[in-house]
Amino acid sequence: MNTKINEARELPEDVELLLPWHAAGTLSRRDAARVEAALANDNELAARYELVREELGEAIRLNESLGAPSARAMEKLFAKIDAEPVRKPKASFSITAWLIEFVASFQPRTLAYGATAAALAIVLQAGILAGVFVKERTTGPQLASYTQSDSAGEGAFVLIRFKAEASLGDITRFLEENKATVVDGPAAGSGLFRLRVADQPLSQPELGAIVKRMARSPVVGFTVPAAQP
Amino acid sequence: MQVLFARHHVRVYRFVLRLVRDETAAEDLISEVFLDVWRQAGKFEGRAAVSTWLLAIARFKALSALRRKPEQELDEETAAAIEDTADTPEVALQKKDKSEVLRQCLNGLSAEHREIIDLVYYHEKSVEEVAEIVGIPEATVKTRMFYARKKLGELLKAQGIERGWP
Repeated sequence: MNTKINEARELPEDVELLLPWHAAGTLSRRDAARVEAALANDNELAARYELVREELGEAIRLNESLGAPSARAMEKLFAKIDAEPVRKPKASFSITAWLIEFVASFQPRTLAYGATAAALAIVLQAGILAGVFVKERTTGPQLASYTQSDSAGEGAFVLIRFKAEASLGDITRFLEENKATVVDGPAAGSGLFRLRVADQPLSQPELGAIVKRMARSPVVGFTVPAAQP
Repeated sequence: MQVLFARHHVRVYRFVLRLVRDETAAEDLISEVFLDVWRQAGKFEGRAAVSTWLLAIARFKALSALRRKPEQELDEETAAAIEDTADTPEVALQKKDKSEVLRQCLNGLSAEHREIIDLVYYHEKSVEEVAEIVGIPEATVKTRMFYARKKLGELLKAQGIERGWP
């Protein structure tokens, strides 16, 4: 009983509890506005929000460093499926309904990234096609949706997430101003892009300075230095 | 199934790997997750995002696998996640920059705390979605995240990084 009372006293206001979701961009518009208002009026809360953003960045970097499973996982799965008894398709499962849900399941932010990515893809495609002519690739079929190989090569890289409201023009300008090129992304689900910001590897302070400068841009939701691929 | 697998298997793998901390076991588990999905496709009611549904199945599989592991082995893994605890904070700081220490401390959290941190920060799950995946009330999701962050702060402090919170 006493423990519960102590825990309740220890807990901060609801708005502070929501900071991690605000940083991740998964709050409803109403809650996000509530948090924004609180951050604007409370310097201490704003300082704590910076800690949350720091944690968010490192949690993403940590997870992205875990790599992808080998082809064994897929081989095992499809061997098991092949060994399953043949079933009649269930009447209740509609592939159309599933596809509609599948698209609808994306959060608005993800959809916005998708739209941005689609637009970016047009620009990128020209670069990729040109790249094919000058650099023959030797990689085999890839299992992972996150294509590490695309980001391979010399240089310095950052992971970046653009704000949902950023237009293609904004992003193009941002890339030009920062002499950056998109080499990978958006990573499935996270909307993260990998940008090459220099042709040669940079020292940690140099890359940190670039990240800080980029983070100040109004089109950037989040950015961290990326490990060398 | 191939499209679904291609789109989601990396993130499901990373989620499972962070829980079981064994690459081979994580690969085996994700094939089981997607096999269940293949078997249960008709049961998917579309109330949740596909990724939320997948992570809920993956979590159940991972926890079942962890329950089969001897407790001693789990304790040893948790202890191993935080390296160099014998170093003084100054030495630890000299060895690693703050980002590295933070990632190391994220690894040193309990499975329960790692799980919620990853779901919120990396898998971008809302309060409601985390509640659905973990099977706890939304209010508990918020407080669990708070305590996970508090524990992270304590681990950082033990490594010589004072953030002024908690």
